[in-house]
Amino acid sequence: MAQTHFHNIKSKSVEIFSILSAIIIWQLIAVYWVKNSFFLPSFTDVTFAFFTVVTKQDDFFLFSRDIQLPVLVVDLLYSLLHFWIGLLSALIVGIPIGMTMGWFKIVNRILDPLIEIIRPIPPLAWIPFAIIWIGLNPMGAGFVIFIGALFPIVINTYTGFKGVPKVYVEAAKVLGCNRNIELMRYVALPSSLPSIAAGIRIAMGVGWMCLVAAEMFGVSRNGLGFKIWNHYYHHSMDFVLVYMLILGFLGLFIDRVLRYYLEARLLKWRAGVMA
Amino acid sequence: MRNVSLSNISRRFVKEDGTHMVALDDVSLEIDDAEFVCFLGPSGCGKTTLLRIISGLDQPDEGAVFLHNEKITGPGPKRGMVFQEYSLFPWKSVMENVIFGPLMSGMKKKDALKEAEIYLELVGLEQFKDSFPHELSGGMKQRVAIARALANEPEVLLMDEPFGALDAQTRNVLQGELLQIWEKKRITVLFVTHSVDEAVFLADRIVMMSSRPGKIKTIIDVNIPRPRGRTSLDVNVLRDEILQILSEDKEK
Repeated sequence: MAQTHFHNIKSKSVEIFSILSAIIIWQLIAVYWVKNSFFLPSFTDVTFAFFTVVTKQDDFFLFSRDIQLPVLVVDLLYSLLHFWIGLLSALIVGIPIGMTMGWFKIVNRILDPLIEIIRPIPPLAWIPFAIIWIGLNPMGAGFVIFIGALFPIVINTYTGFKGVPKVYVEAAKVLGCNRNIELMRYVALPSSLPSIAAGIRIAMGVGWMCLVAAEMFGVSRNGLGFKIWNHYYHHSMDFVLVYMLILGFLGLFIDRVLRYYLEARLLKWRAGVMA
Repeated sequence: MRNVSLSNISRRFVKEDGTHMVALDDVSLEIDDAEFVCFLGPSGCGKTTLLRIISGLDQPDEGAVFLHNEKITGPGPKRGMVFQEYSLFPWKSVMENVIFGPLMSGMKKKDALKEAEIYLELVGLEQFKDSFPHELSGGMKQRVAIARALANEPEVLLMDEPFGALDAQTRNVLQGELLQIWEKKRITVLFVTHSVDEAVFLADRIVMMSSRPGKIKTIIDVNIPRPRGRTSLDVNVLRDEILQILSEDKEK
């Protein structure tokens, strides 16, 4: 066991070397050249800031109960709350819309022009309306993420449903699966899953960007994005950088988990279709 | 007893320039129970269109298809179909593909699984029940497709060049297996092909079709006793006769 771990580390030596040197170069530049922790905080500044946010306690309100948790965990929970509100509502709204658009031509003709007009509006342009319609709360931030995540999901679901190979539909029909609802559920949906999964991944990427922006604009008084802006106001750039890095790692983590889950479990049959 | 009855079927397709293309022109045919009928003809003779009309996937412009005196209006589980392209659902395992039809017609999953075992055994693939279609060879995929069609216990099995994409060896093996299944189950098989050899080896009757417009040209009764050799004298004489008819069609 230990040996295989050692072997893994050894085989990744170039990658590890790359990261370590980047950290050393960053530290050297910050300390000996820039010499201004406001302009460029050093690696050690950021590390101290990181320890501060994981050790200091803050309040987290869950169902009007006040729970004491480290600052970073509270920010993380709020951001994830915003993110999941947005993403889940985008899935709940977007997948049925994409399905009906892909399956019924008339629905596509009705909705496509509207979508084509609304889609190019950058999600962040909805922030003023998010605030006046919903307010400065997790739902308001979730709304901005919802707008960002909705269109990739609708469009990929639509593409998947439109591209269902005709032979699968006909095979299902002669096997006694004849009603539209059955064909959509048992043939079109599984056949479209790879396309829908790709759409969800794009949506999560877009949603992640929207999350930070929405929180920075003050749609919420909590979360990682809000903290970036807040620390900027207090000129503590080391904390700004901590939150930036955390956002990066979290985005990477979510993408990896999703990719592993979808590709290894849901879509194992794809291996042959792709080849 | 008359099983499948085609009466005066015509089918026209509208081309993009607005003109009509007559795919089938006044086709009538009576098919007996448990008969093995091959439809043979050049591409464009409407043999696939005819099969699709019998399956209910396509509708005739005139005429009607009757199955035991019941008019066919749409696809249904009484007429199983095996397609030329690989039509197994790639997201389902072999077993899940086979039980799809029975589950759709409301059979309990436990019973469907038990039934499916029998059909997978019939095509010799019971060890592959948990495999996914992409793990199977072309011949195995078509065997599963046959098992899937049979699992619905259809009265008629429609086959649209099912072995067209297979290599010659596999093709011969599957033809032999299909005949065994047909003799065991005693169901009507309607088989579209453009291979003279295949038609002569398989059919009780060969319906020869000509193109533009698609019509029945002649019907040949194949009175060669089974099991048939592939190169016996009778077979070769009949093959010659059919090739003669086909080349006449070309010269016209």
